[in-house]
Amino acid sequence: MKVESLILLAVAVFFGIIGVVYWFTSYEDAGFLMLIGATLLGLLPGSYYLWWTYHMKLRPEENPDATIEESAGVIDAFPGSSIWPFILGMGAMFATLTFVFGLWMAPIAGALILSALIGVTVESRRGGAV
Amino acid sequence: MTTTVERPEVITPEELGGPDGHGPDVQHGDAHHGHEGPSGILNWLTSTDHKVIGKSYMITSLVTFFIAGLMAMVIRSQLLDPHTSLVSYQTYNELFTMHGSLMMYLFAGPFAFGGLANYIIPLQVGAPDMAFPRLNALSYWLYLGGVITMLSGFLVAGGAASFGWVSYAPLSEATNSPGAGADLWLMALALTGFSAIFTGVNLVATIFYLRAPGMTMFRLPVFSWNMLVTAILILIAFPVLFAAVVMLFCDRHFGTHIFTVQGGGSPVLWQHLFWFFGHPEVYILALPYFGMVTDILPVFSRKPVFGYKGMVFATMSIAGLSTGVWAHHMFTTGVVLLPFFSLLSYLIAVPTGIKFFNWIGTMWRGQLSFQTPMLFSIGFLLIFLVGGVTGVLLASPPVDFMTHDTYFVVAHFHNVLIGTAVMAGFAGFYFWYPKMFGRMLREGLGKLHFWFLFIGFWVAFMPQYLLGLHGMPRRVASYAPDTGWTTLNVISTLGAYIVGFSFFFFLINLWVSWRKPVPAGSNPWDGHGLEWFTTSPPPHHNYTHLPPIRSERPTWDYNHPEHRSIVHKPKDKASAPSGGGTKEPAGAAS
Repeated sequence: MKVESLILLAVAVFFGIIGVVYWFTSYEDAGFLMLIGATLLGLLPGSYYLWWTYHMKLRPEENPDATIEESAGVIDAFPGSSIWPFILGMGAMFATLTFVFGLWMAPIAGALILSALIGVTVESRRGGAV
Repeated sequence: MTTTVERPEVITPEELGGPDGHGPDVQHGDAHHGHEGPSGILNWLTSTDHKVIGKSYMITSLVTFFIAGLMAMVIRSQLLDPHTSLVSYQTYNELFTMHGSLMMYLFAGPFAFGGLANYIIPLQVGAPDMAFPRLNALSYWLYLGGVITMLSGFLVAGGAASFGWVSYAPLSEATNSPGAGADLWLMALALTGFSAIFTGVNLVATIFYLRAPGMTMFRLPVFSWNMLVTAILILIAFPVLFAAVVMLFCDRHFGTHIFTVQGGGSPVLWQHLFWFFGHPEVYILALPYFGMVTDILPVFSRKPVFGYKGMVFATMSIAGLSTGVWAHHMFTTGVVLLPFFSLLSYLIAVPTGIKFFNWIGTMWRGQLSFQTPMLFSIGFLLIFLVGGVTGVLLASPPVDFMTHDTYFVVAHFHNVLIGTAVMAGFAGFYFWYPKMFGRMLREGLGKLHFWFLFIGFWVAFMPQYLLGLHGMPRRVASYAPDTGWTTLNVISTLGAYIVGFSFFFFLINLWVSWRKPVPAGSNPWDGHGLEWFTTSPPPHHNYTHLPPIRSERPTWDYNHPEHRSIVHKPKDKASAPSGGGTKEPAGAAS
């Protein structure tokens, strides 16, 4: 995870430096806050990954000499076909259209989103951990 | 229904009877052959397979590209001469707004990170799918919802949004742009913004967690690297856009005055928020296409990429700098720090120059072959170069003051965006189409497409630089006859028609490929990356066998063991940190 964490920490360091320079040269608050937000976006996952770098074994994908056999076995569980992302997507579309065309669309959006959330949860429980 | 996926078996050239130079003809086991789940339209609606979703993204984004392209034809026809009144001024405003919005938000980005990247990245890193397949499907449906929402603006009273793709306040406030069209535009951005964020999360997780054994970060193909950096840029930029959209909507309907002077707000704040998203967005559109070209040039030069790590670090530098230059779009507001933004804008030329140097270095003394993907890649180099050089000009505040909001800027960003999203985008499409569909596109038709597009582009946009320098403002539906702009506008419109005509060859090519398929085989270009190892199209969950991964071009190593320039020497595991391999002459190991 070392390279991965360093990439994210580089994001934090870059924006931290740029943010400080920008603030003391412009005193403009909107841009400064956005740069600090970007700093945190790199810092939080980057430091989490860095911590794990020193608390886990080298993964086969980080070892240049790794053989495929070293990570033989199950990679992960992947979901098969599912209608619920479509239902949730359409629910989200109707939810945004509610803001344009009025509250009469809200029940449609709510029904779609609720059924999708229940459906996807039931589907996950039936199919195992995803 | 979930399925557990096991690691594919390793396969060596010897096990297949030696490399044949055309890629392995791997037979797939029964368990993973073909797609799973329903077929037909139900497959489209329910699939969580990254390949189906990637193709859906590509088809949808190409449809929006053609719709936006037709709008461009109407826009150019309107400007053919001073007296043309093909459409009303209001319709013209809607057309240029929707042309820009469709191209920027719904074609150029989604075609790259939703379409090609979605399909190719899991293949390149040796993964069975994206890390979160159902989230990936949701991304597509949010994107399609955004496309429908934005286009439906033409169906409501008052017409579609007409304030330009940048939606500057106070023009975009309710008093100046009333009607549902503007609201639909904002909602479409919210939907596609979330779609992009989810895709960004998926790409980062896939590249971090689902790589095949031996596929270290510094063995990733440059396209995968660029998509990783693009995904991080998406995560930085798009939330800001969403926040800005919510604020503008609140201004329009809930009585807030965030962007209105009368209520104590600041219109310039919109520009800050928008361009904090908008300038990284330019690189969110450009970096994937840089990656495509970086993967294509070595294949058609028969060489490894020149300066691999230089390319990776240049990508990171461009991405970082791109987020610190947002206010170079705001020089003429008079309230931004000119030296800061000008200096950072100039600095972007350095890593971009490194990239150009490395692209040329890759081709230098290679065995070049000028098939269609290569032609489009070279077209990208030439067109993007002019876009980059004029960008450096515009980074200078005095020049920017002179040319701001003129056709000079229009020509500049078309040089940038047509160079990347269209030229490099179609290079990627022609390059990976055989992998995606298992059939070839015709070379002759592809080359006709390229030459008409390439020549048409210069005819269309070079006059626009001159028009800008002569003072023609952008976003005008007519101009006075005595301005002297007519001839240049006629030439520009003629060029636009040639560009439009070139796409007939593309559509004919698709039709011919569909009706009379020429099988592609697994590796028609003798490609380098892992994606060329599996069948075309790949089976469900992509791989049943993997080659040993010992460099950044495992398929090439597999097919040409005698030509490997870098042979990785296995080290003692106890003393082996993660990092690059040792370099030795060809044939030293094995």
